Amino acid sequence: MAGHVFHPGHHELHGITVVLETHGLTTYLGRFDNQDESGVHLLDVGVHQATPEGQSKEEYIRRSARFGIRPEQKHVVVPVAEVASIMRLADLEPQGS
Amino acid sequence: MPYNPTLVAPMRQEMTRLGAKELTTVADVDAALGDQKGTVLVFVNSVCGCAAGNARPALRLALEHSVKPQQVVTVFAGQDLDATVRARQYFTDYQPSSPAMALMRDGEVVHFVHRHQIEGRSPQSIAANLTGAFDRFCAATV
Repeated sequence: MAGHVFHPGHHELHGITVVLETHGLTTYLGRFDNQDESGVHLLDVGVHQATPEGQSKEEYIRRSARFGIRPEQKHVVVPVAEVASIMRLADLEPQGS
Repeated sequence: MPYNPTLVAPMRQEMTRLGAKELTTVADVDAALGDQKGTVLVFVNSVCGCAAGNARPALRLALEHSVKPQQVVTVFAGQDLDATVRARQYFTDYQPSSPAMALMRDGEVVHFVHRHQIEGRSPQSIAANLTGAFDRFCAATV
């Protein structure tokens, strides 16, 4: 991962805003807090549910990268088995807007 | 609830040493951003060590650039609550985050740096983002 680990003892993504894709239809954008036996803990989380008629996941991520994340849930725990990928939001879009 | 003023004093001083004008009241914000002409960078300060701890040095580096905004102002999220809410009303298209930076020209946001674009990045990297925007949006007005 690019960048720095600022909080020794924490997960390397602690405090970083990430895109968490699941194996299902849900994508979460939020600040990675930690990971434990219950799953991945995200804070101030925006949630996207893929539907045929709704905004695409790619557009949701693009708009969130440009305008910021609208948090819908304060704290989400995603079981590790449901996690398909975790990426830094900043790595998915050019800096600035 | 605001943080202990003693705790945040060094973080305020880090900004004012750079020449940033502190906006601590709604009236301060309106005076600075209402009917704003030219270029101004609004720095939303934060106690967050992992992000703001790099954002402030990044701004210092960026302000060494030959092209820069005509004015730099700052509000302190979590501390000057009303002033921060008011400042964010000048960039309502953008979700609140802190630290964050809004470059405005003639009252419009022309470049925005979110917290997620600061986290985990070096001051040099963040400064490069800023100076790119300065070159693009501030060159003609300096």
